[in-house]
Amino acid sequence: MDFSSLSPVAMIVLLIGAATPILLAAIGELVVEKSGVLNLGVEGMMIIGAVCGFVVAVNTDSPMLGLLGAAVGGAVVSMVFAFLTQYLLSNQVATGLALTLFGLGMAALMGRSYNGIRPPRMARLEVEGLSDLPVVGKLFFSHDPVIYLSIALVFAVWYFLNRTRAGLVLRACGENHEAAHSLGYNVQLIRFGAIMFGGACAGLGGAYVSLVRVPQWTEGMTAGVGWIALAIVVFAAWKPWRVILGAYMFGGITILQLSLQALGISISGAYLSMTPYIVTIVVLVIMSADRKKASINAPACLGKSFHASH
Amino acid sequence: MKFTKTLAAAAAMGFALTGVANADSHGETVQAGFIYVGPVGDLGWSYQHDQGRQAVEAEFGDMVETSFVESVPEGADAERVMSQMARSGVDIIFTTSFGYMDPTIAAAESFPDVRFEHATGYKRVENVSTYSARFYEGRYVIGEIAGAMTKSNKIGYIASFPIPEVVRGINAAYLAAKSVNPDVEFKVVWVYTWFDPGKEADAANALIEQGVDVIMQHTDSPAAMTIAEEKGIYAFGQATDMSNFGPTAQLTAIIDDWNPYYIERVKAVMDGTWESTDTWHGIADGMVAFAPMSDAMPADVAARAEATIAAIAAGEFHPFTGPLNKQDGSVWLAEGEVADDGTLAGMNFYVEGVDGELPN
Repeated sequence: MDFSSLSPVAMIVLLIGAATPILLAAIGELVVEKSGVLNLGVEGMMIIGAVCGFVVAVNTDSPMLGLLGAAVGGAVVSMVFAFLTQYLLSNQVATGLALTLFGLGMAALMGRSYNGIRPPRMARLEVEGLSDLPVVGKLFFSHDPVIYLSIALVFAVWYFLNRTRAGLVLRACGENHEAAHSLGYNVQLIRFGAIMFGGACAGLGGAYVSLVRVPQWTEGMTAGVGWIALAIVVFAAWKPWRVILGAYMFGGITILQLSLQALGISISGAYLSMTPYIVTIVVLVIMSADRKKASINAPACLGKSFHASH
Repeated sequence: MKFTKTLAAAAAMGFALTGVANADSHGETVQAGFIYVGPVGDLGWSYQHDQGRQAVEAEFGDMVETSFVESVPEGADAERVMSQMARSGVDIIFTTSFGYMDPTIAAAESFPDVRFEHATGYKRVENVSTYSARFYEGRYVIGEIAGAMTKSNKIGYIASFPIPEVVRGINAAYLAAKSVNPDVEFKVVWVYTWFDPGKEADAANALIEQGVDVIMQHTDSPAAMTIAEEKGIYAFGQATDMSNFGPTAQLTAIIDDWNPYYIERVKAVMDGTWESTDTWHGIADGMVAFAPMSDAMPADVAARAEATIAAIAAGEFHPFTGPLNKQDGSVWLAEGEVADDGTLAGMNFYVEGVDGELPN
């Protein structure tokens, strides 16, 4: 078997592209869940982001404004969820699913007249001198800005949650909302903010699909990435750096199986296609086997509605 | 007309958005329902079926009411959607994906008074017809073009599922490419989905990394076409004209034209002449059509393509004409022998020369 034409560098570049939408959506959802809210509407917010980003980018001819539009779009649609679950105390699971369905339908409607249009291209961030370096240049210095942003975001989230007072308060809402409330924090408002951040991140992830990975608009084009992002958060045990690991691993296996097939290696594609999902399930099983650890990691108030009775 | 949005098993399949455009039942009008595997806006397979639905509406006006459910997953959930549609008083239901085969038969047994039309399958009962297009004829034509246009002699093929329909396409395209370019090599990537633009784009990129400079696809979105345009290689539109997405990349496209068939079958319901039939139309009947040939093609390549189209339409040429061997070297068709429809319908082997193992 001739492996010589399989370029690891090219594969890693593809891998990062496949992983970035998952990474963005997952890091946003992580913050939401850390505040004690389970938002299953990630897919819906992503597709809204995908269409908003596309529409804005096409009309302004600027991919950057497109990204901004996607983040705003995702955040706005997440406010519907935030209002329903935080102030009207609706069930978070049902509302999240409804948000996904609403998002898919709404995005289809918004994108009707944008079929078959090509968006402006997102320029890669090239660093003079460094981008031309063999291997290193391609691996580290010739990606589009969103990829750097996504990684910076993970570090920012880690820093916020673990090193700032505001992050501590947000985690407190997720661990024990009664206690946070009795200390005088506005649990609903904090969760509202977290949900909007999650929406903005999901929107960015969606726009990455419609503006960079597949520069086009097609209905339902996120095709389940939001659900994978949700699984990655659990996989990562609510730790930001593990979200990178999970997203890149998932992207990596996807790209590896496509590349091996393109190379003509006859491993049954069916098994290869299953691999990312199987690995995710296996890791989840291994992680949850240690009950104590798993229960420590999951925010104690995850998915519970909070109502201040006094 | 009353529109209701229903939600298809949200808990189980969260991402299946189901929009039912439901018609009020009246005695006189015929109601036709359509079930799609992708969104109507996929600009490929499902889009083209929905064009057929609209053609039925345009043809019969007030005499007909149509409804559709999009993004219905293949498998057990499909039967639930069909049953729901049947209960709402629909007279004829078109189920438009191979994976709806068993659900269609099951739903047909529960609703003996409703007529079903299943696309690309082979199981029929009294109230289930099957219909498909001879896409392999189109595949042969674009295979010839691909073989002539490739500089690297590597052609990429993004395949969905290893079902006869897809295998037939790969074989036809390979034989055609080989006939004009003996050095040609096919790289087949199975993505195991009909519609996932991200994955389809990744597959296209992975193929391009391996030196492929012409891409064919048997998936439903224009993602691969978009990537081909970006990377400056050639591709073919699938199911519909995708030149919007690849103005310089698209060499031509195989267009599925379901309109006449859908009109004919709805008419048969109106006239009370509907019965279970098996339809397999090709270029000759117009069910397989082509987008205009790209200017990027040298005149002789375009001329040969047109000649092949004409020969297939006239019945003078069959893409699967012997001598042909199977991949393992065993004889399939003797000199001059033409493949019969039964073998083609169940094709589960590669022809000689295709690399790689066919997944089962």
